[in-house]
Amino acid sequence: MLLATLVPLQAVAFGLVALGAPLVVLTRDPLRQALVNGIYGVSLVCLFVVLEAPDPALSMLAVSGIGYPLVILAAVARSRSHERTKDDEKR
Amino acid sequence: MSRRVRLLLLGPALLGLGALLAWAIAGLPAFGDYRGPYGFVLNRIVAPLRHTTNVVMGTTFDVRGIDTMGEEFILYAAVVGVTLLLRDETRSRQAERRTRRFGNDTVRLVGVGMVGGGLLIGLWLMAFGYITPGGGFQGGVIAAGAIVLLYLVGSHRDYRPFRDERFLDPLEGIGAGGYVVVGLAALASGAAFLTNLFGLGTPGMLRSGGSIPVLNWASAIAVTVAMLLLFAEFLETYVVPLEPEDAAS
Repeated sequence: MLLATLVPLQAVAFGLVALGAPLVVLTRDPLRQALVNGIYGVSLVCLFVVLEAPDPALSMLAVSGIGYPLVILAAVARSRSHERTKDDEKR
Repeated sequence: MSRRVRLLLLGPALLGLGALLAWAIAGLPAFGDYRGPYGFVLNRIVAPLRHTTNVVMGTTFDVRGIDTMGEEFILYAAVVGVTLLLRDETRSRQAERRTRRFGNDTVRLVGVGMVGGGLLIGLWLMAFGYITPGGGFQGGVIAAGAIVLLYLVGSHRDYRPFRDERFLDPLEGIGAGGYVVVGLAALASGAAFLTNLFGLGTPGMLRSGGSIPVLNWASAIAVTVAMLLLFAEFLETYVVPLEPEDAAS
């Protein structure tokens, strides 16, 4: 009933989002996860554009493409530098 | 609790949750079905009343202008919180050390092109937000992202002016305060807070929308500077203590 009302383009966009979400969850390495999450964000942007919502699409692009990865990357860099100082102390 | 007991508890919980979820999904309105009157009303009144061809911006900066002011101050409060938590004077001096440039020329070339392109796209989104899709928030984050690229492809020295608080703090104040000042100006003129004051202009032109462009630029400045302040704090606190070879890899 739901699928019958979808235009093929919308179905593809929904499919990409459905495919991307588990990929983000299944990626274990935080650094890679930040990258995969960025790509997943782009698929959401495509979905918003297809659903004729350009303003949320731009917000999504700005947040998932710039804001969020930067915070994650900074946190990853921080925790890795912590690990290394601990290793240095052991030596 | 043993594994078996936990599984026994999980089973009914999953079943219950699944049943509720299925029930909720079955009751959803059909795809594309929209019943709320608010959107229909806005679609009809915003363009004729406010002369903004992008109804979303006419809504965020005029019909729901006070909500947007609250959102702007949420971001402001978040930045103030991060700054207060992370500020550490000893780190700021350390930050001067990383002046080594990124090694790969191709990456640097592409990156420098993206700095200019990103900045241009950000400014375009800010300037034309009330005419075509865009606005101060989106444009602000993209412009700030382009500036941060300077740090990634250049060196800390190239980026230094954009993390200077003597320069950023007043700008953030102008952005956040400017919004309130426009609202207070309406109060002073005898109208309600944030009443649209200036001439409405021609729809589809940059001079349209009355107060909306002013509010849009105020929030664009506030968001750009807020992101730059956030990045500056994160970079100083988290990234800079790394050795150069790690930061470059």
